[in-house]
Amino acid sequence: MKLVNPLTAIFHPPPTPGVLGVFGHLDAALEAIRQLRKGGHTDFTVYSPVPRHELEDALDQPVSPVRMFTLIGGIAGCAIGAWLTLYMSYDWPIVLGGKPIGSIPPYVVIMFEMTVLFGALSTILGIAFNALFAARRLGTVAYDARFTNDKFGIFVPSESARQSQVESLLRGAGAEEVRRA
Amino acid sequence: MLIWDEFAIGTYFTVSTVFLIMGLIPDIAAVRDLATGWRKKLYAITAVGWRGTNEQWRHYTRGYLYLAALATPLVLSVHSVVSWDFAMALVPGWHATLFAPYFVAGAIYSGVAMVITLLVPIRKLFHLEEIITIHHFENLAKLCLLTGLIVSMSYCTENFTAWFGGNPHERAAFWYRAFGPFWWASWTMNICNGLLPWLLWSKKVRTSVVALFVVSIFVNVGMWFERFVIIVVSLAGEPFERFANATYNPTWADWGIMAGSFGWFFMWFLLFVKNFPAVSISEVKEVLPAPRRGKAVAA
Repeated sequence: MKLVNPLTAIFHPPPTPGVLGVFGHLDAALEAIRQLRKGGHTDFTVYSPVPRHELEDALDQPVSPVRMFTLIGGIAGCAIGAWLTLYMSYDWPIVLGGKPIGSIPPYVVIMFEMTVLFGALSTILGIAFNALFAARRLGTVAYDARFTNDKFGIFVPSESARQSQVESLLRGAGAEEVRRA
Repeated sequence: MLIWDEFAIGTYFTVSTVFLIMGLIPDIAAVRDLATGWRKKLYAITAVGWRGTNEQWRHYTRGYLYLAALATPLVLSVHSVVSWDFAMALVPGWHATLFAPYFVAGAIYSGVAMVITLLVPIRKLFHLEEIITIHHFENLAKLCLLTGLIVSMSYCTENFTAWFGGNPHERAAFWYRAFGPFWWASWTMNICNGLLPWLLWSKKVRTSVVALFVVSIFVNVGMWFERFVIIVVSLAGEPFERFANATYNPTWADWGIMAGSFGWFFMWFLLFVKNFPAVSISEVKEVLPAPRRGKAVAA
């Protein structure tokens, strides 16, 4: 019996069958997206060298959950900043200039900085978690090196029986090149 | 107060670094797909699997927006907090409520001047004339002029309040700055930061790369002397007994730290521009019109 190497399973997963279309024009890619959505396709991948609002509108995706990471990180940072300064003051109380042990104004600076630090780092975690790790099938979906340069691309996962139908849809919308993966 | 510094500068350094790296990811992926040899391996690792899918862009653009929103107030906060380190002390010449806006404007002023100083040779060496245009330089020059005027205004205000406040130690400190043994440092600062940027009122200067380069060098020198005047001259001798055995002479260690800091900066800067995209590729593409059928692709 052949054992599955878990690292290979993670980093070199088997390819997903489907059709890859390469587009030189934005409006052709938008047309293809509209037709695919009308045809009931939901799990296709759109490649783009730059973020375009036209693509976002055509795909009609929900707002990214990254904002919750930022919010929770920021609130947590502020709370940690307050806890850190107040706890340290009361743990080793020294009266300075007759001021209260926990004097808030100088702690606001620490609370602000911790809000920004934790907010920013949890935003990074949010992007990494959502865009890099939670993106299922990322490594298995067909890709072309031109997609970071000057071409748009659409990959439609499909069984071999439906591939010719998807191929003609992509060609009809104006794909420059269509290939099976 | 130095605890403030630790948090402010530590946060500023960390957030600026991750912001820079995050902005580079789509660009590194773009050069990964064109590179060959060992660089391709380097970019394949540093692009962390970027392919420009709709899901990636969806999360990335949102996150990048929030990073920018967090980093902007951070610029104001870090320079304010650093200035409060001075302002909280009782040393004459430091103890002023003016310090936060004065330092924020000074930071943007010297920052923009340093950007011009670095941009002029980089643009020439990497042939970026069509990407970084005279229009960009003119806008930088305008920002430089605006912040330079705020800094000049701050110089006037701090001298005025020292005189008008009537505190003899404060008055003595500013007299000592202008006419004491370090008069040359103060007047270098005033001329380079206050007077020379008035050249930028002229459109001819603002649109001449060579003239801008020269002005920006003077601003860099002036801002370096501003630090020198605020820190060294305020502390030279006994701050409350002006003209009493006051002096400061840099030792070989002082010069060494300065030379080393320049070397440390240029090592990282040159390694970066040599190996990574110096101008954001995806952002330049973003402002180009998208290719559409029946229309020629704009160059």
